[in-house]
Amino acid sequence: MTNVPGDLKYAKSHEWVRVSDDVATVGITDHAQHELTDVVFVELPASGRKIKAGEACAVVESVKTASDIYSPLSGEIVEVNPAVVSNPSLVNTEPYAGGWFYKLKISQPSELEALLKPEQYTAQIGGA
Amino acid sequence: MKRTPLFSAHQKLGGKLIEFSGWEMPVQYTSIVDEHLAVRRDAGIFDISHMGEVSICGPDAEAFLNQTLTNDARKLAVGQGQYTLMCNERGGVIDDLYAYRLAAQEYLLIINASRIDADVAWLEKQLSTFGKRAGVDLRNVSAQTGAVAIQGPRVAEFTDRAFADPFNGGTIVAKVTDLKKNQVTRMQFEGRDIWISRTGYTGEDGFEIVAPGEIIEAVWNKLLAVGASHGLKPAGLGARDTLRTEKCYPLYGHELDENTTPIEARLGFFVALDKGDFVGRSTLAEQKAKGPGKRLIAFEMTDKSAPPRPYYPIWSTAPKAAQIGEVTSGTYGPSVGKGIGMGYVSQEFALVTGYDARFTDPRLYPQPQSVNPPAGTPIEIEIRGRRAPAEVALKPFYERKAN
Repeated sequence: MTNVPGDLKYAKSHEWVRVSDDVATVGITDHAQHELTDVVFVELPASGRKIKAGEACAVVESVKTASDIYSPLSGEIVEVNPAVVSNPSLVNTEPYAGGWFYKLKISQPSELEALLKPEQYTAQIGGA
Repeated sequence: MKRTPLFSAHQKLGGKLIEFSGWEMPVQYTSIVDEHLAVRRDAGIFDISHMGEVSICGPDAEAFLNQTLTNDARKLAVGQGQYTLMCNERGGVIDDLYAYRLAAQEYLLIINASRIDADVAWLEKQLSTFGKRAGVDLRNVSAQTGAVAIQGPRVAEFTDRAFADPFNGGTIVAKVTDLKKNQVTRMQFEGRDIWISRTGYTGEDGFEIVAPGEIIEAVWNKLLAVGASHGLKPAGLGARDTLRTEKCYPLYGHELDENTTPIEARLGFFVALDKGDFVGRSTLAEQKAKGPGKRLIAFEMTDKSAPPRPYYPIWSTAPKAAQIGEVTSGTYGPSVGKGIGMGYVSQEFALVTGYDARFTDPRLYPQPQSVNPPAGTPIEIEIRGRRAPAEVALKPFYERKAN
C-alpha cells in the first residue's frame, strides 16, 4: 500500500509539496520511488535558479532509466538537499523525509490551488 | 508481443513485464539491485526461453559449422560446448552464440532471441551452397524449446536435488554438479529429454537447462522449490544486464552487430584462423595482423555522476578534446558501486594512447600497431550535454573472489 501523507499537496507528475509560509519543499512520492526502484543518482537544480511550474528542473536515475522531475510551483530555488546527492537511496527509503530534493520561495501562491489534494492523488494512482 | 511458457509464472511472482525484442519478459521482480546481488551472493533463476535453438545434425554437420562459425568445432568433444560467432563475408557479426556437441553428429546452437530469424535465414543460405549439404540436417527448434538459467555461488548446493535421474547423453556424469565448465549432459525429466550445461552469462557458477516448452514450467518450479532454502530468487532481464556488463560480456545489438568484427570487439580468442577457410576469414585475418579500425574499451566513471548509458558520446581529453566514440553498454554496477560501461573508440585514439614499446621496431612492424588504450587513460562521457570524467578500465570490472 503506497504512502500518501495527508499534510502534503501533489502534482500529477508524482512530485509532492510541503508548504511552510512562502517556502515549498519538493520531492517525489512513495508511488514514484516504488516504480523507479533503486535510485542511483540524483541531479538537482542550482540554488538561486528561478523556475516556472511544469519546468523540468531535476533528474532521478535508476539502474535502467533517467526520469525528469518537473517543478510543481514557480519560484526561486533557495536550498537543495546534499544528502540525496551523496546517498541517492534516500529517495527510496525516505521519499517524504530525508529524500527531499529542493526548497523554493513560492512566487505564484495561486498555483497551490492547481495541485492535487492527497485523496485526488491517491485516486490518480489507483489506490484505495 | 510473444510470451514464453513461463509467462504466467512471471505474473504470479509479480514480475514487472516489459517488451524485449518482441517478447513480453520480466525486467525485475523486486528490484534490479536486489536480484543482481542475490545472484552474486546466493543464486538467481532466469527465464531464457525467448532465446533460439537450432539443431544441426549429420555426417557433415561439423564441416558445415566450421565453415559458418569462427571457433573450431573440431575441438568439441561429445558433451561439450563452445562460445563462437557467426560472421558475414566482411567479418561483421551476424550473431554470437554457443555451439554444443550433443552426440557424435548432433549439434545444438543457442542463439540470441533478437536474431533468430536473421540467423536461421543466414544458416539456410549458407547451407544451400554448401558442397556437402546432403549430409547436413538443419532445424529451427526455437518455438518448441524452453530454457532457464540458474546462476550463483550456491547453485551447487541444490542443483543435484532437482536433477537426480541418471544422465544418458552428452557428458555422462553421476551427478549434474560433476559437469565441468562448458560440458553438457542429458537426462529425462517428466519423460522428455532435457539438456543441462555448466554455462552462463553472469560470471558466477551456474547451469543452463534446455527443455521442451511443455515441461519448462515444471523445471522452473522444481528449481524454485529445492533452491528456496538456499537463497534462490527469480531474477529478471535488468539484473541479467547489470551482471553481464560487470563481466564485460558482449550483448548483440550493442557491442556486436553486422558492421563490427570479433577482432574489434576483442573476441579474437574465439576466431580460429588456422582451422581452414570460413565465412569472413580474410577480413578477420587482416585485422588480426594489422589491427582493427575501431576498438572496444571498458571504462568506469571516476567521479559521482549519473550512470553511462548506450549512445552517450565518449570524448578524449588529451592531446585534445574530441569525440572519439560512443557507449554501447552502460549502467550502474551494483557489485562494484560505480558507473561502468563499454564502447568503441577510434583507431586514432587507440594509436595515440596505446603506445607500446613492443610495437615500435619498424623491422618487425612496418605499420603502426594500435593496441588497447591502457587502463587509467582519462576520457569523458557526455551525459545530458555535460562531460563527466571517466577512465579506461581493465576487463572485467568484477571478478569472483577465490574461496
